[in-house]
Amino acid sequence: MTDPTAFPPFPHRHLLGIGALSPQDIELLLDRAEAAVAISRRPDKKMSTLRGRTQINLFYESSTRTQSSFELAGKRLGADVMNMSVASSAVKKGETLMDTAMTLNAMHPDILVIRHSSAGAAALLAQKVGCSVVNAGDGAHEHPTQALLDALTIRRAKGRIARLVVAICGDVLHSRVARSNIILLNALGAQVRVVAPSTLLPAGIEKMGVERFSRMEDGLKGADVVMMLRLQRERMAGAFVPSIREYFRHFGLDAAKLSAAKEDAIVMHPGPMNRGVEIASEIADGPHSLIQEQVEMGVAVRMAVMEALLDPRRTEEGGGQ
Amino acid sequence: MSVIVFERARIVDPARGIDETGTVIVRDGLIEAAGSSALNQGRPEGAEIVDCTGLTIVPGLVDAHVHVGEPGAEHRETIASASLAAAAGGVTSIVTMPDTDPVIDDVALVEFVLRSARDTALVRVHPAAAITKGLAGHEMTEFALLKGAGAVALTEGRRSVANSLVMRRALTYARDFGAVIAHETQDADLASFGVMNEGLFASWLGLPGIPREAETIMLDRDLSLARLTGGAYHAAKISTAIAVDAVARARNDGADVTAGVSINNLALNEMDVGEYRTFFRVSPPLRAEEDRLAMVEALKSGAVDIIVSSHDPQDVDTKRLPFSEAAPGAIGLETLLAAALRLYHNGDVPLLRLIEALSTAPARRFGLEAGTLAPGAPADLAVVDLEAPWVVREETIRSRSKNTCFEGALMQGRVLQTLVAGRTVFVAE
Repeated sequence: MTDPTAFPPFPHRHLLGIGALSPQDIELLLDRAEAAVAISRRPDKKMSTLRGRTQINLFYESSTRTQSSFELAGKRLGADVMNMSVASSAVKKGETLMDTAMTLNAMHPDILVIRHSSAGAAALLAQKVGCSVVNAGDGAHEHPTQALLDALTIRRAKGRIARLVVAICGDVLHSRVARSNIILLNALGAQVRVVAPSTLLPAGIEKMGVERFSRMEDGLKGADVVMMLRLQRERMAGAFVPSIREYFRHFGLDAAKLSAAKEDAIVMHPGPMNRGVEIASEIADGPHSLIQEQVEMGVAVRMAVMEALLDPRRTEEGGGQ
Repeated sequence: MSVIVFERARIVDPARGIDETGTVIVRDGLIEAAGSSALNQGRPEGAEIVDCTGLTIVPGLVDAHVHVGEPGAEHRETIASASLAAAAGGVTSIVTMPDTDPVIDDVALVEFVLRSARDTALVRVHPAAAITKGLAGHEMTEFALLKGAGAVALTEGRRSVANSLVMRRALTYARDFGAVIAHETQDADLASFGVMNEGLFASWLGLPGIPREAETIMLDRDLSLARLTGGAYHAAKISTAIAVDAVARARNDGADVTAGVSINNLALNEMDVGEYRTFFRVSPPLRAEEDRLAMVEALKSGAVDIIVSSHDPQDVDTKRLPFSEAAPGAIGLETLLAAALRLYHNGDVPLLRLIEALSTAPARRFGLEAGTLAPGAPADLAVVDLEAPWVVREETIRSRSKNTCFEGALMQGRVLQTLVAGRTVFVAE
């Protein structure tokens, strides 16, 4: 980690989605993240890799978890981190995303981390600013660092990703986490399933490289990994599913449903959890759960991503894509 | 007395089924003769002679679906700037949509548009008026008075009338006065927050989709009501094969029904959205390639009557946004003919049929004195070099807004000169 040449250079300027990455790119980021895990477990976690660099977190949707993870990752690498809280910014006064971006760009940041409710927002930003952009979630499109941290968690637990059976369960329709994971897991050779009521699956899901199920008992059969997705409150009451209790009965992960999976199956959730909606507490807090580990991996993955994007071998040439 | 003689041109006049080499004689703003035998009486004395060897003359295009920003959004487009764009595209008549600010739902507003057009426009401007007051979908506007004032159609512009009873009454009442109801059908509940065609591509982009059925459910309702009422109904912009079939069935049943298609749905498909390119957010949404092919086929067979540009100027304030926040719409007046000619050049649609759909058919449907080169008709025409290659460049666009789907596109076929009532309103540089 201290030696930037310990890893091959990362061939991208931005991280906008998993879709733009090759399997080698993904493996490289996971290897770098592995090293960052070790650093994060040391008493002295402070690095100087990004000393003098400026990181701006621009979060249009509030997200304690992701924002603090990015903030901590930047600080551990020695970067100066600024959080743009949208609630109190000019955005509330009607400034457009592009105008805000141009304003921030004029402050010469090295990396912009953006979370936005509209798909494509990160890509739009990347076209207009002079620095690296990391997509921390854009609408229902992608959330690449989440997929990477999920992959790291799986790889550490199972030793590999290829040929594992991974069941992604819940609101796939609105989930950027699901899309990024579907792409990444397929790229690394896993067998991906989605399990959800059909009202929560996007059109053409059969052609997205997954096997689809509408019963948990079937979808979890023989699974190595069970990934639960969050169901937004406003989607529970009649709009997409009739009620919380019906959803939990049929799609909430409890011990009975989990018993269909492999005995050593791991359970994951990107958070924040709705206990008693998509997941029972006994599972969330139980021995199969790696939910806390995911949070730890999140910091490591974000360190790896920012370090790779700001690799001096790339940035000093002023190039990369 | 002014006389212009265009000689040795390929003359395409769908109203008379003519596609032949000959002469067009324009006298005092009217066509005196057009065709291979136009010079039978000899060349008129003192005429201005224009040699059109290798060029084609078509009746000026009639664009039945044009949004302007006047009144209310003049920074996007005025009637004057739209008319400049139209003239450059060989379009000599435009039907303007009523969803401006204020809405064209009153005689005084129709008169405002006509007055502004008279004072500032190079081409003929025919306002369409709203079906319901304020486009609110409830109370009918004064169809007869509006028509008397010069409104050539009744439409809700970008909106659809959700209430079936309102639509039934509108069709019934409009029939008494010979008014056409033109309607873009989109079921707002089913389309919901959709921003592009529903399907695999939208799913990967994480964008909410608009299913084809959002168009056809309301269209089916309208067609049923057209049968029931005998009213004159025009499906303004259809985009799917199922809609084509539905229109054909209604017509078979004797309903007074016609259909239009946006040039965007003939020239582009959903893949053109690419990486969230907001200029390609249009309504109806760009569909799959098989839908586009179905629309081309429907155009060729006549199942779809009319091609429109669906010209909808949007500025950076409404387009330089994330895709789902951007306004739908693309400009199209200047590229309408060239984009349509792609279908001619690749052999999909014969030129005569293409010009019929771009000029003769819309003129006929909306009762305009246009769309033909027949003797006695107003001399609205375009001189076109069908082969000339050119590239669409933002800098040369005459519309105030630059939201074209064809930026950088290579076109084959260029308007060299446009005449309205015998007066030259555009000459290519």
